[in-house]
Amino acid sequence: MSLITLNVNSRTHTVDVDSSTPLLYVLRNDLGLQSPRFGCGLGQCGACTVIVGGNAVRSCVTQVSTIRSEITTLEGLAKPGTLHPLQQAWIDEQVPQCGFCQTGQILNAKVLLDRNANPTDAEIREWMAGNLCRCMTYYRIQAAIRRAAKTMADARLGSGTEVSA
Amino acid sequence: MTVFTKIPKQVEDAMERWSGTTSRRDFLKNSGLLVVSFGTAAMAEASPLVPRSVAQTVAAEGAGPYQDPDFRQLDSWIVIHENSTATFYVGKTDGGQGTGTAFRQMMCDELDIAFDQTDLIMGATDLTVDQGGSGGSDGIERDGWTMRRVAAEARRVLLEMASDLFKLPVDQLAVADGVISVKADPSRKVSYGDLIGGRRFNVTLTGQSINATTGKATVKPVQDLKIVGQSLPRYDIPSKVDGSHKWAVGATAPGMVHARNVRPPFAGAKLISIDESSVAGLPGFIRVVNKGNYLAVVCEREEQAIAASRQLKVEWQKPATPPFPNSEDLYQYMRSASPTSSSKPDVVGNPDAVMARAAKVIEAEYEVPFQGHTALGPAHGMADPSGGQMTIYSNDMKSYGLRRGVASFLGMPRDRVRVVWMEGPQLYGRTAADDAGFEAAYLAKEIGRPVRMQWMRHEETAWDVKGPAYTFKLRGGLDAQGRLLALEYDARSADYNHIGYNDPDTVLIAQLMGRRPAAPAAGSARTPSEMYAIPNRRVTTHVVGLPLVWESPLRVGNLRDPNGPQVTFASESFIDELAAAAKTDPVEFRLKLLTADSSDDEQFKRRRSIAVIKAAAAEYGWDTRPSPKPVGKGPILTGRGISYCYRGRTVVAEIAEVEVNRETGHVWVKRFVCAHDCGLVINPGGLRRTIEGNLLYGLSRALHEEVQFDTEKVTSVDWRTHPTLTHADTPARIDVVVVNADPNPKRPDLPHYGAGEPSCKPTIAAVANAIYDATGVRIRRVPFRDERVLATLEAAHEAS
Repeated sequence: MSLITLNVNSRTHTVDVDSSTPLLYVLRNDLGLQSPRFGCGLGQCGACTVIVGGNAVRSCVTQVSTIRSEITTLEGLAKPGTLHPLQQAWIDEQVPQCGFCQTGQILNAKVLLDRNANPTDAEIREWMAGNLCRCMTYYRIQAAIRRAAKTMADARLGSGTEVSA
Repeated sequence: MTVFTKIPKQVEDAMERWSGTTSRRDFLKNSGLLVVSFGTAAMAEASPLVPRSVAQTVAAEGAGPYQDPDFRQLDSWIVIHENSTATFYVGKTDGGQGTGTAFRQMMCDELDIAFDQTDLIMGATDLTVDQGGSGGSDGIERDGWTMRRVAAEARRVLLEMASDLFKLPVDQLAVADGVISVKADPSRKVSYGDLIGGRRFNVTLTGQSINATTGKATVKPVQDLKIVGQSLPRYDIPSKVDGSHKWAVGATAPGMVHARNVRPPFAGAKLISIDESSVAGLPGFIRVVNKGNYLAVVCEREEQAIAASRQLKVEWQKPATPPFPNSEDLYQYMRSASPTSSSKPDVVGNPDAVMARAAKVIEAEYEVPFQGHTALGPAHGMADPSGGQMTIYSNDMKSYGLRRGVASFLGMPRDRVRVVWMEGPQLYGRTAADDAGFEAAYLAKEIGRPVRMQWMRHEETAWDVKGPAYTFKLRGGLDAQGRLLALEYDARSADYNHIGYNDPDTVLIAQLMGRRPAAPAAGSARTPSEMYAIPNRRVTTHVVGLPLVWESPLRVGNLRDPNGPQVTFASESFIDELAAAAKTDPVEFRLKLLTADSSDDEQFKRRRSIAVIKAAAAEYGWDTRPSPKPVGKGPILTGRGISYCYRGRTVVAEIAEVEVNRETGHVWVKRFVCAHDCGLVINPGGLRRTIEGNLLYGLSRALHEEVQFDTEKVTSVDWRTHPTLTHADTPARIDVVVVNADPNPKRPDLPHYGAGEPSCKPTIAAVANAIYDATGVRIRRVPFRDERVLATLEAAHEAS
């Protein structure tokens, strides 16, 4: 076991775990963050996605000791009182069915829009293809990503400044 | 960390603020309905944006005994609080189709209360009456009536109380949004909360069974329903997108430990010996638990349990004979096997004689593999044995069955066991949630501490319950004018030893421990559900078994729409083959088969069949011509196909438009059209999204899903070896047309039918028919993976 310090959703935590422990179990079981979920343990489905230093990372195959940057989980995406435009779009489109995979869908979509504010349909499909959903909400997810991209573009136009998402 | 077995202080405080009274707890305690629901204020601490109502049942305090809520007491269904809000208690579960929202809409309408003044608790065995949990897409269709009746009865009782208060007959009173007023003088009014808030109704209901529960009141005519028919947003979605939702995977309890199973590496293997020293020194190791061929490890931490399950040295003995053929040889095996049972042929007219003189006879065979649930989150459950009780936190859609089954399996009195249903991944059908719930409870009893069981991906994909593989043989006879005179349908299903829900003799842990029922369930093979008038018909079905009957990863049970996609793939593909042989447009061919004279009941069903087929064709912009279309020149070929069926009383027609890449074999469904008649629609937006999910689920089974195995074990064990539909496969466009072709659509008792499964049923056939239209090549084996489509196209090219 070793002491490891993590910065998660703008809070600092120190945990005493084996350094090879997958980040997923530290987030869920030590920090009580329920949004990243175990889906495969193989990095294949995306249910465990978190954002580390601006990248979508599969926490089930990422050793906790390798983390060097701030972690954002779904719990940390909204600002106080205001959902992220992607979360609002997810509500407006009524995307989730069971909802189990949606953490990864939303966070991976955030990284997409951070890098490409106006993705084409083909770019959305390609970027999101590794995030699986067995309720098959893909059609709504893609609609929500387009909606959020538009909301964010409108906000930029309206304010005349770059909106950090 | 959230602890579910005790109510956190801040939640309790928040709940009291929400309810506006400190008597609510006392009420619930006194009424036996002790429950904490996360209302607005409680959730507001986690998120500012969730709606006031979150159907998050969190466990009660106290250690039982857990009596069954009395379905003949109105108080078991509806509680009205002093602030005029209401909580509904229903014994159903919501798999993500928004049935909880729909139930609330129906009950709000009957009770005359605003939707946002209500909350709904589902599927907790000690709090909600046993409506069976979910299954069969019958929640809205059947249980919705029960809920409407009890809510109408509550309204009636409240009106009588107001009548006593105002000394006026009920017909001189009006109700709106939980307030009863005097029609002649609306300033005289009283709220539901003032009438009964915090007190019991003490009204006895009648009915021989839970489904028949009723009071004296009658439900409202459809014309008076105001909340039903609105696309209200689902109450559970905000917490699912802000991360605050509470799931069965997150259930914890003080002292909880983590378990992982160790499965036999070969199907039918016998456990010879365990070297416990191989894991005894690992950090956090608690115990190896073994009985028969069931084996699990328990550790303090989750990652420790995973490591121990991988490191444990176990000696297994392979069975003397192969447990099954390999998946490539499966259909040949099924066709040559002696059936374990066969139906008596269902014969109409004289198919043999008519077939013998038909102008054209065509014949085709179809094959559908085993397909699994493969839930996105593998099976799981948490069991807490505190105080000599057993509380299981599970996403099992049949929480009541899980309670009964576990009590029987562990030999515990039923009133010492309860199941708290919480949401989880994908619960449709007989998922492995049953198995994981039993395993958690068994281990919790053995260890004496709360145990969280979590299956790994390879277990879920290899060992979950499978929908049965099928082979079909169809023959059809056409006359010289292309009319269908005779049809023969012969189906074989690998459904022997079909396992039921939460059965303590057939759940996986019981099988591995050697516990057996007297005989395996016979299983069944099913028949088409269309309403074609075919004068001469023979329908025969058979069930076949595989060599390994018990402890097999190829164990069969109910998958979402258990037999529908398989049967409809064969029957609706074959109708298309007949239409092509008759050189008739596929829509026209179907409509002709549906316009025959027949009995009243059949006419009713045919009328609705015709309506959905016509609606789908109109929405698509169907051009009338026979299939296939002239094959195009470039690498991408396009085509469209139709398919239709009933499921229960719901009828669906679907059109798929495909692009087939003839150089790679890749199929993309560019557009879906679905015309759907499920009677009265409760929530149109929710219905639309349910249908979208169903279409793509059917598409996943059409294009990707197949359980593969060699002669020792299942070899499809993860998302690479067992692919599923992805974002890349998503159609560019999905059009849903809601139809209601009831002969009297304005009748006040217009029924509401199920929608959870019907629209995944005709999808495989629609895609196959579209591929044929595009390429002129018929693909008769599911799934239509690139390599198989390409091989089929190339074989057809060589043959021509």
